[in-house]
Amino acid sequence: MHISVSVDGTLYEADVEPRTLLVHWLREGIGKVGTVVGCDTSNCGACTVLLDGRSVKSCSVLAVQADGSSVTTIQGLSDGNEWHPVQTAFKECHGLQCGYCTPGMVMSTVDLLSENPNPTEAEIREGLEGNLCRCTGYHNIVKSVAYAAELMGGSTK
Amino acid sequence: MTEVIDTATAMGRPIRRKEDARLLHGQTNWTDNIQLPGTLHMAILRSPMAHARITNLDVSGALKMPNVVAAFGAAELGELNGSVPCVWPVTDDIVMPAFPALAVDKVRHVGDCIAVVLATDAVHAADALEAIQVDYEPLPAVVSMESAISEGSAFVHDDKGTNTCYVYNLGGGYDEAAAKADVIVKRRFINQRLIPAFMEPRCVVAAPMGMSDEITIWTSTQIPHVLRVLLALVTGIPENNLRVVAPDVGGGFGGKLQCYREEILVTQLARKLGRPVKWTETRSEDMVATHHGRDQIQDIEIAATSEGKMLGLKVTLLANMGAYLQIITPGVPLLGMFMYPGIYKMDAYDFKCTGVFTNTTPTDAYRGAGRPESTYAIERIVDELAAELGMEPMELRKKNWIKHEEFPFTTVAGLTYDTGNYEAATARALELFDYDGLRAEQAERRASGDPVQLGIGISTFTEMCGLAPSRTLGALKYVAGGWEHCTIRLLPTGKVELVTGTSPHGQGHETAWSQIASSILGVPVEDIEVIHSDTGRSPYGMDTYGSRSLAVGGQAIKKAADRLVEKARVIAAHQLECSVEDIEFVNGSFRVKGDPEKAQPLGAVAFEAFTGHNLPPGVEPTLSAEATVDPEDFSYPHGTHLAAMEVDTETGKVKLRKYVCVDDVGVQVNPMIVEGQVHGGLAQGIAQALYEGVIYDEDGNLKTASLADYLLPSAMDLPSFITDTTVTPSTTHPLGTKGVGEAGAIASTPAIMNGIVDALRPLGVNDVTMPAAPMTVWRAIQAAKAGGAA
Repeated sequence: MHISVSVDGTLYEADVEPRTLLVHWLREGIGKVGTVVGCDTSNCGACTVLLDGRSVKSCSVLAVQADGSSVTTIQGLSDGNEWHPVQTAFKECHGLQCGYCTPGMVMSTVDLLSENPNPTEAEIREGLEGNLCRCTGYHNIVKSVAYAAELMGGSTK
Repeated sequence: MTEVIDTATAMGRPIRRKEDARLLHGQTNWTDNIQLPGTLHMAILRSPMAHARITNLDVSGALKMPNVVAAFGAAELGELNGSVPCVWPVTDDIVMPAFPALAVDKVRHVGDCIAVVLATDAVHAADALEAIQVDYEPLPAVVSMESAISEGSAFVHDDKGTNTCYVYNLGGGYDEAAAKADVIVKRRFINQRLIPAFMEPRCVVAAPMGMSDEITIWTSTQIPHVLRVLLALVTGIPENNLRVVAPDVGGGFGGKLQCYREEILVTQLARKLGRPVKWTETRSEDMVATHHGRDQIQDIEIAATSEGKMLGLKVTLLANMGAYLQIITPGVPLLGMFMYPGIYKMDAYDFKCTGVFTNTTPTDAYRGAGRPESTYAIERIVDELAAELGMEPMELRKKNWIKHEEFPFTTVAGLTYDTGNYEAATARALELFDYDGLRAEQAERRASGDPVQLGIGISTFTEMCGLAPSRTLGALKYVAGGWEHCTIRLLPTGKVELVTGTSPHGQGHETAWSQIASSILGVPVEDIEVIHSDTGRSPYGMDTYGSRSLAVGGQAIKKAADRLVEKARVIAAHQLECSVEDIEFVNGSFRVKGDPEKAQPLGAVAFEAFTGHNLPPGVEPTLSAEATVDPEDFSYPHGTHLAAMEVDTETGKVKLRKYVCVDDVGVQVNPMIVEGQVHGGLAQGIAQALYEGVIYDEDGNLKTASLADYLLPSAMDLPSFITDTTVTPSTTHPLGTKGVGEAGAIASTPAIMNGIVDALRPLGVNDVTMPAAPMTVWRAIQAAKAGGAA
């Protein structure tokens, strides 16, 4: 099937098998390998991207469902030299170790903060429930999100 | 001696990580990102049965499927079907079965590899698995360890005629000690099986490179150097034609400390087919095929006087090997063997471990590897002893632990702990925790009969880490050494290449190693490039596991940096026209003593070494130094962990209300990274106590075979932690550092479980099995009410 999807600001025209998952098309179809696959049951959230501005697990969306939409991946969140405040906060608060869950964690955080610019710790934990990390114990991820909120003009309660 | 510079010293500062820029921008190089032209994708047909004879295997159907180039069973693969190696035959009479990459005639666990298909893309390779014909004759599955070693059990390996892999004994004298005891407490603890569940699924790419006979293997591994040797031995490919690269690796926790059958298959098939071969596991494959961890039945007995002086400890283990032996499967329980006495003084210690084969996924190292199991046993039994004696559990610990002035102290297990200060760490932890306040609240809740009871869990632990003195490994029959290597090269432009044999996968070595070198060389952290994880660029190393990277690798960095300074000093003296003895090295600059204006920065010396225009007689151009260090001893981090557990006695629901830990990991290179390591370890240890556990049914089917069924904690399932450190420098390590990678995972599990049992002890509960899910806790309460406690 033919799809037309804007990814990180570039418009792509492609023919895909109907069964192709969005994450596989991003990675193997157009080389957006910053977005990664961590499981096959939609539990881990490593593949989270923004689809028309809202976070989705790109392993649970078919590529054809993204037809006509705009996708933002970790690679399009900021250009190479600039840092999105969420990226800055994760570095500053040591919110990542191996970094494999990080693309999904960052994209989920962007969505979380767009919906709730002043989250409490409980709201942060609930908001990131769909993203698994095996390295950090979440302690510094929670701090990173709170700090990102601060950097973006909100303040955590 | 090299002076350690005092300005801009990088050591000990929470410097933000160099690694993060690329990781946060998606500019990563995971193995699965590698897409070479002409790649064949491998898919694996895995056994759906725990134990069966393969009566017929026909892969020809797969060859008729679209885009399929080749398909192999064991018969088609022939001599290329290498056997997965085990490098730790712990006893002379250990039973070591063959472990062919593709099963021959029989499958022995769900997930065992039967056949592979190679296609031009991963989707068609997976599709073609359906076209392979296999007939199975089911055999009785040996699932539990106790039934495996009972009379009449079926054998996992018929030709061996036993399911006992080995029996290992250490120590003696417990019976005499017990004869003098007023109190003996016995418990059986189940240290359940866990799955490492690193976030990046395993992936391997192997490619014959065309320009030479070299085959390059990119693999998601913790051990590129060790793997290169093992792959050479297994495949017969000359070692000098193998290059192993671990690109960005997304976590390991011991699970990528392995020479996996898939790594052997991909290498062999790339060689046979003469083109790149790639395999990426699905998470469901990972759950059955990546080695599991823990899985011990622990019978623990402690003897003490009525005053609470510990006299002796007896440990009898059944350790589940799974269906085959992998790299250090049999040795994992022995890494814990020395640590059962923990931080306590006692007179006698008996240890016996029986390794048992079952029709389950092989076990091997998982964060802590043997030491979480031993720490769980000792810290749980100490609490049970305190209850039996009617003593406050912390007081019992204080009465028996090694006092700070008694170090170095040789334990009853034969290890010499060089240093420690359990008093200081405990005092700080009690303060942060508000121990007395929480004990008061506990008493109130008990008195009022509150349905939600409060328990306080203690874990005062130590561990041995920094694997390891080679002579010790040799004495334990481990076939390799425990040294580490570093080469430091000063480039003509003043930039530095630091080549390490450690292989990070989240630990931040690029940052921390730069900090160590910076503090010695006086070169800015950002001017140091850490080269690692590629046998082509970093030829010597023993890789990363067992909290060894800083504890051993750090020593090599220091030694190489010190040597580099001494080499450069000779050149600097020549240029400054004075004797070597008159040169001091301060803040990255060689200065004439008493005349600091006459100086030569290290970078200028490097350029001089590059041009070679004016070197002293006998000094060769270029400036580099290397060091290979065998550690003098293990290092012994320790700490005090405290958990406040709320347990709803009506529903069995458990809540971790507060967690405090004070760890002593010696001198810290980067306290931010140290704290992060502690957090991650805590999460894994707490998860063993509360959430995770592998479940097999009686036919050997893995019931927890996806992340939907195996409960990895999310942010909702854990609290924020209160962490702090004390600093008691290691005396056997030149930098005073210890190790931190496993501490949290080792210490936290018993803290949590002691807290749950403490909450429920007035109800008669004296043990709860892990994971402490509400149903399990509720049942323990009901059993105690019915008088069923141990």
